[in-house]
Amino acid sequence: MLFTENVLVALAGLKANIMRSLLTMLGIIIGIASVIAIMTVGNSITLIVNTTMQDLGANNLEMGVMQKSVDKETTDSGASYGAGYVRDMTDQDLITEDMVTAFRQEYPDDVKYIIRQESVGDKGTVSRGNKNANVKIVGYNNDYFHFKDIKLQDGRQFLNQDFENHKKVCLVTDKLVERVFDGDSDAALGQEIEVNISGTYYSYYIVGVYEYVQDQFSFGVSDNPTTELVIPYETARYQNHNQNKGDYYFTIVTSVNTNNDEFATKVRDFFNVNYYARNDAYEVMVISMSSMMDSMNSMIGTIQLALSVIAGISLVVGGIGVMNIMLVSITERTKEIGTRKALGATNGSIRLQFITESVVICLIGGVIGIALGVALGLLAVKLMGYSGLVSVESIIIAVGFSMAIGVFFGYYPANKAAKLNPIDALRYE
Amino acid sequence: MAAGDIMLDLRDIHKSFFIGTPNEFEVLHGVNFSVREGEFVSIVGQSGSGKSTLMNIIGALDRPTSGEYTLDGVDIEKAKDHELSILRNKKIGFVFQTYNLIARTNAIKNVELPMMYAGVGRAERNERAKMLLEQVGMTNRMIHNPDELSGGQKQRVAIARAMANDPAIILADEPTGALDSATGRLIMDIFHRLHEEQGKTIVLITHSPELSQETERIITLRDGDIKGETAGRWEEIKEGLAC
Repeated sequence: MLFTENVLVALAGLKANIMRSLLTMLGIIIGIASVIAIMTVGNSITLIVNTTMQDLGANNLEMGVMQKSVDKETTDSGASYGAGYVRDMTDQDLITEDMVTAFRQEYPDDVKYIIRQESVGDKGTVSRGNKNANVKIVGYNNDYFHFKDIKLQDGRQFLNQDFENHKKVCLVTDKLVERVFDGDSDAALGQEIEVNISGTYYSYYIVGVYEYVQDQFSFGVSDNPTTELVIPYETARYQNHNQNKGDYYFTIVTSVNTNNDEFATKVRDFFNVNYYARNDAYEVMVISMSSMMDSMNSMIGTIQLALSVIAGISLVVGGIGVMNIMLVSITERTKEIGTRKALGATNGSIRLQFITESVVICLIGGVIGIALGVALGLLAVKLMGYSGLVSVESIIIAVGFSMAIGVFFGYYPANKAAKLNPIDALRYE
Repeated sequence: MAAGDIMLDLRDIHKSFFIGTPNEFEVLHGVNFSVREGEFVSIVGQSGSGKSTLMNIIGALDRPTSGEYTLDGVDIEKAKDHELSILRNKKIGFVFQTYNLIARTNAIKNVELPMMYAGVGRAERNERAKMLLEQVGMTNRMIHNPDELSGGQKQRVAIARAMANDPAIILADEPTGALDSATGRLIMDIFHRLHEEQGKTIVLITHSPELSQETERIITLRDGDIKGETAGRWEEIKEGLAC
């Protein structure tokens, strides 16, 4: 009851001094808006990073052959190539098929798939008449298609024999079909297409059409995006004349129950102890995607927190502004305070009245700040080309925080008002 | 309390102010008087006589340095700050020279204020505020803010506000001091009506001997002491006015 009256009195007071009230709120508005904007941008980026990494596979271990980290003293040519450099990678340093087979046998329960990929050349063009589309030829092994959910719209997947016999077959995107075959999948299927990669031609038969999904990190929308022309891994190896060599990079997809951080160590030890102990320059490195995701998230979180703290300082400054204006308001209304006391207001109800007033200022400022912050944050995210995510927690926290500022910075002036001597207050002119 | 019982009683009230040790300045030197229920009493004195100090003590805004003050059976000098607030709210209706209405708050809300502090429900206090404003002839200007009211109108709202919690006494401090004589007359008539029709106990504090004549009993204060009590001439004045 007293509460609603207090809020009404506070609102009437704010209305009576609109300019002053707005200037006072400005500190709170700027503070809250910047915190919310930072949170919105941070959360959006976190979401994008996470979904992208999830797409890549959060349960994955990335494994590759890397230089051994050798102490500087043991290297002779360190000066010219940087610390630790011994020699270039040769075919003897690669991971062979036998090693992979042995590894699978050692950990049959943990290893679900081993994904291998190899590109053929750089970007190329598929042409038919005056129509063309940009592509990049990438070969994937059979395991990849078990792991990755490729949305086939027409035609068929690769068959075992396509992999085994390194057949020149390919899956193309609907985007390519749209550009080169006027969107007619039936016309595309079974066609032999040639990919021109800087003058070298590679030809494949189209066996399937899959849905093109735009990369979350690509900026804007292009008419002619470079889409993947998917061929069997074995075909890519064959075309690159690598079929008898080992490979230097794998993605291991582990079982759901596997602890990836622990397993990463086991994988590294398996290869390094068994195969790379006597290698003078190279060894196997394993990175767990989940730990990479964790460190990425904590990095974004830290930046977000640091920026928020800086923005938070303006909130404190805003709070001091509120306190200042409350002190002015109380001096102006000394006689009113005296009258209220004469009419029976207790110290508590005077204190409550002025704290309510300061909370109302901060809450209104907070709400304006939230609206402004969300708008700014979404705008910033949109300018970066991502889709925005408004953080509800940050809004709730912002509302709570602006109320807390109101109480904290309102308490001292309110208490001063409450403790006024009624006689002095009544006599005040 | 039956009519005619003692409503407020001051016994040997001393009040000193410390204007920096060791200087102690005594304003009231042992004031004794009492007011019965239903009486209309004036305390008259020139400036510097200690009448404001006495009013503050009667109004429970201040405590005496020594002495006993009983208001409607409650010992004021023993009450805590919090209890004094409640006492002012329930037992005393203030009418000030400068009206002291709350700005940006309309007449009804001003009258409701003491009831709000007393915890009276919204509907009840609104109804009572309207009734009180009607009694002082302010029905037409109930939703006007103080800055839209004339001095006399403001003082009428203030009287309605003083009556809000049906107090034991109405304490009026120079209620006509800021008004022209015609408006002042109107305000004094309202006090007389409250006194005669509703039997209210009214203590009027004034510097004007003329105004004090309108009350039943005049207590003259000079240099912090009561210099005498005389009967007022209200009955004669009333007849004169009626002509």
